[in-house]
Amino acid sequence: MNSRSASNSGKDISEFPEKKSFLSIFKRWESVLVILLVMVVIVNTNLSPYFLNKNNLSRTSSDFMEIGLMMLPMVIIIITGNIDLSVASTMGMSASLMGLLHNYGVNIWIAAAAGLLLGTLGGALNGYLIGRTKLPALVVTLGTYAFYRGLAYGFLGDQAARNYPADFTFIGQGKIAGTLIPIPVVIFILFAIVFALVLHKTSFGRYLYSIGNNEDATRYSGVPVNKIIFRIYLLSGLISAIAGLILAARFGSTRPDNGTGLELSVITAAVLGGVDIDGGKGTLYGATLSLLLIGLLRFGMGLLNIQGQVQSTVIGLLLIVSILFPQIAGAVAAFRNSYTKKKILLAILGFLLVYIAFFVFFFWSRAPIVNII
Amino acid sequence: MEKSILELENISKSFSGVEVLHNVSFSLSPGQVHAILGENGAGKSTLIKIITGYHQPNSGKILLENEPVYFQDTRSSRMAGIAAIYQELSLFPDLDVAENIFIGRHPLKVGRSVEWRKLYEESGKLLASLGIDLDLKQKARNLSIAQQQIVEIARAFSINARILIMDEPTSSLTLNEVEELFRLVKNLREKGTAIIFISHRLEELFQLADCVTVLRDGSYIGTRDMKDVSREELIQMMVGRPISSQYPKTNSCVEDVLLRVENLSQDGVFTDISFELHCGEILGMAGLVGAGRTEVARVLFGVEQPTNGKICVDGNEVTIKSPQEAIRLGISYVPEDRGLHGLIPDMNISSNISLPLLESFTKHGWINTREERNSTFASARQMEVRAKHIWQLAKELSGGNQQKVVLAKWLSTKPRILILDEPTRGIDVGTKAAVHHLMNELAAEGIGILMISSELPEILGMSDRVVVMREGHLTEILDRNQATQEKIITAATLDIEKEKIQ
Amino acid sequence: MKTKPITSKLTASEAVKNILWELIRMREISTSIIILVLAFSITLRAPSFLSANNILNIMMNISILIIVALAQAMVIITRGIDLSVSSIIGLVGMMVGFILRLYPETPIVFVVFLGMLLGSILGSFNGLIITFGNVPPIIATLGTLSIYRGLVFFYSQGTWVNSYELPISIKLLSKGTPLGVPNLILIAILIALIASYFLKYTRTGRDIYAVGSNPDAAHYAGVRLNRIKFLVYLISGLLSGLAAVLWVSRFESAQTNSALGFELQTVTAAVVGGVSTSGGVGSVPGVLLGALLLGIIQNSLNLIRISAFWQLAAQGLLILFAVISDKAITERVRRIRK
Repeated sequence: MNSRSASNSGKDISEFPEKKSFLSIFKRWESVLVILLVMVVIVNTNLSPYFLNKNNLSRTSSDFMEIGLMMLPMVIIIITGNIDLSVASTMGMSASLMGLLHNYGVNIWIAAAAGLLLGTLGGALNGYLIGRTKLPALVVTLGTYAFYRGLAYGFLGDQAARNYPADFTFIGQGKIAGTLIPIPVVIFILFAIVFALVLHKTSFGRYLYSIGNNEDATRYSGVPVNKIIFRIYLLSGLISAIAGLILAARFGSTRPDNGTGLELSVITAAVLGGVDIDGGKGTLYGATLSLLLIGLLRFGMGLLNIQGQVQSTVIGLLLIVSILFPQIAGAVAAFRNSYTKKKILLAILGFLLVYIAFFVFFFWSRAPIVNII
Repeated sequence: MEKSILELENISKSFSGVEVLHNVSFSLSPGQVHAILGENGAGKSTLIKIITGYHQPNSGKILLENEPVYFQDTRSSRMAGIAAIYQELSLFPDLDVAENIFIGRHPLKVGRSVEWRKLYEESGKLLASLGIDLDLKQKARNLSIAQQQIVEIARAFSINARILIMDEPTSSLTLNEVEELFRLVKNLREKGTAIIFISHRLEELFQLADCVTVLRDGSYIGTRDMKDVSREELIQMMVGRPISSQYPKTNSCVEDVLLRVENLSQDGVFTDISFELHCGEILGMAGLVGAGRTEVARVLFGVEQPTNGKICVDGNEVTIKSPQEAIRLGISYVPEDRGLHGLIPDMNISSNISLPLLESFTKHGWINTREERNSTFASARQMEVRAKHIWQLAKELSGGNQQKVVLAKWLSTKPRILILDEPTRGIDVGTKAAVHHLMNELAAEGIGILMISSELPEILGMSDRVVVMREGHLTEILDRNQATQEKIITAATLDIEKEKIQ
Repeated sequence: MKTKPITSKLTASEAVKNILWELIRMREISTSIIILVLAFSITLRAPSFLSANNILNIMMNISILIIVALAQAMVIITRGIDLSVSSIIGLVGMMVGFILRLYPETPIVFVVFLGMLLGSILGSFNGLIITFGNVPPIIATLGTLSIYRGLVFFYSQGTWVNSYELPISIKLLSKGTPLGVPNLILIAILIALIASYFLKYTRTGRDIYAVGSNPDAAHYAGVRLNRIKFLVYLISGLLSGLAAVLWVSRFESAQTNSALGFELQTVTAAVVGGVSTSGGVGSVPGVLLGALLLGIIQNSLNLIRISAFWQLAAQGLLILFAVISDKAITERVRRIRK
């Protein structure tokens, strides 16, 4: 199949690998994330005295737990080579059903259970279409992304659900007795630990990587692939519903548009965390680091009064750069070996000029108005 | 001889410090069919990739019609008139036949717009001149493999390729289709095209090639005229040592019926398949590609479901709904395409071997990595897998070693019925012998082996009995002493329709 | 000449196969049938559906969608996706709005070209990082979706450009009827014609199909993969830029949340119209029909007095239905094939 084998032919197999160099640890993506994390903390601490404030951190961490929770099954789904665009919509749908029932006087816990059930069913639909009927995940979850969000709007219309009882909102707003640790964070950490253990230490986890790497071969090896894929989408639906409940508890109210657009953040967190979109690679450790990174970054930017949408710009940029960065070494090597160096340099120059011109125009055209504001 | 059209002088190529080709020289003349022979890893495909510009040599020269050339990508070699047909066919499934032939070179009208009428006209003429009758508007995905290959050849023809490279073109073809192919190749040869032909099948080379160049371990061994060389000599050049008996055969026990298949059918795929597999027996399944053998195997392994018929294991009727169930029944299946279905490329050897049995190393799902490692290490050792260590990734192994890993994986499930689908395809002669030896050992232990193979010598040499299929039907069951090449071929090419009418 | 063995396989089940294959090719026809059936049943419930006014309404509603969906279709045919189209529309729209507010006498033609230019630049960035950066299209355009939308906010500091701040010329661009029919519809038709010609009658257009159908084979055949991929994202940006100007024209405003979520509709229209995410398949008529179906559903839900809140759910169901029926048909054909 390839020529590397020439060096191996004749050598008998040994049990243990050669010593891994210490430096190879740094080549891992997770290490890059750690470095970035440290940088973010240092820079932000210098920029704002409120950054390392315990209360602030406590408060802001809850903001990310819904994303964090939904990220857990997302990591697993992406590792198998699939995707789930419907997570935020499932979240909204479940929360909306709960809100609707509650508005009609149903006991909050029963309403919550109904929400969870609905979310799980939503996941089951995805799982069935993708796992059993083998339809493409992108398009199916695009459809359910619209469908479930649509149901959310259908349930609540333009109302909101309010006045949740205190013992329910405790889930979202409460803290562990005596500490500043919010309940959502605790919930997330518990789930994260379980997911990490399952993914990295169990056979189920091994199957996931295997499916992402070569689904057919995995199937031929006697692994119940379809069943597994069904289950992970089911799980995704359930967890999204849980996230929806936590969100509702946190806000104390529910609107049908809750969580719109969150799926992008969830996917960004996973991919930034080193989970390869093509499947077969990634760790929960990396994903959690990236969640932390994004969370702290947004918190820091918020303290600097940078708008939410602009924050998204930064995160989007970070996402793209994080994938481009590892390519640089290869690109430079390719350039050195190329025979059209001049052409490439000219092209780079050309593009740079165009983009600079764009930004010049950008700032010039907004100047008069901006001065008035 | 005549002036050469292509000369490679002292070509060397290394990948990451590993030398793959060492001072290889090669000379090709127009109107010549020049075969390249060598084991897997000998460097044949690297050589081809250098000729087509996919790779660039580290040292050495390439001369095209006595002019030095440098191909920096496949496009430039194409522009120079070199066309290649690989095992992985490069057609566009969603485009039709005519467009597949002319992609990138559609005939244009004055205003630079595609002239479709001319496209169909030209491709029609082309196919007619080659004596082929295909629906031009048919999408390529609907064509059979042989038809697809024909389209590729037609494409090479249409670009007036001066040099045509064919890499294992016959591995998926029926005998008739191979004949067709040879006819076309001879046609091209007469028109002066130079043809480089890579094949493992020595019989084909004797039929088609004018001369052959042998490579071994990246080095040039020699070039011979086909009329002046013998099969043994070629094998010796390839392997470096004489291979005594290619198909060792030892006695076996033939008592109980391990597997019985009765009137097994799958709508639209195969009908009324009935046979028995005995303990310690090697049952060869012969037939042309497309006869339905792999499909039967897939049903036996639970990947697909039959629409009719019975399967009995150890005398008990069973329904096999998934590979899991098959494994539990003691059935293992080593697939035809190990790359596609056999291995997980980015996982290490150990994980690959343990995959079907992973649950046995787990407690409540938790993997006991030490147990797993010990077991897989033992399996790999037993199969004599050659690799740096057990944590090496499967994709980094050679073809032969990959097959060994796949076999190790399935043998560790301790099957009682082993289905092997083209077990020695694309494997070097050395490993081939090892696999055959292994098969005999397993049979001696009482394992029933169902061996699907398209290589008649292998079928004749290894099987205790032979089952022949043709277009979804079982046409013949032969005993070892009855089986001859002619009988098998007759059964494999039987005209089913005619038989039905009679 | 003995060619029988190869072709006889074809003739054996040829008849059955070809009929079913016709069924596939009839994807456009089956979508048309669904549209007709739908239109018929809606008219029964709400006769105003078939009124000239309503039909015009539908056409106006889907015109911008058609333009961007065609671009999206090209991208999907190459096995990619462009989620950033909505943000490009928002950003270019805002910039164009600002310019018009500052210089109301700017000739409309110039504005249109400006929009297309700005859109192309934004699209080219996508193209660059996808081809030379090797960033998977879904990630790249997910990133630019955020980046460009964020730039809108930064640009306008959260403010909008309102109707009274815009000159009449821009509003006439889409709504004027110098030829009896609103310009917007004519522009959409024009783009559709150009796209149709491009995809069917130019080598580059055919190369787009080749790249999606089998990228390796395309490379071997000499097709410049990177160039084609870059081109489709450039085109996507260009058409989104055009759509931006038309959006400002039609809605007489430039808002920070203009076109939010629009990318979903473009993908829906394409997929329902027969474009396959596995690449190499898709046609202009298909996309037109897909957009029409979407538009009819949106329109009819209003007519039958179903709350607008169910619009989104209907869209989602439409995608699911399209994809499921596609699979069902292919399964049937595959069974015959082998």
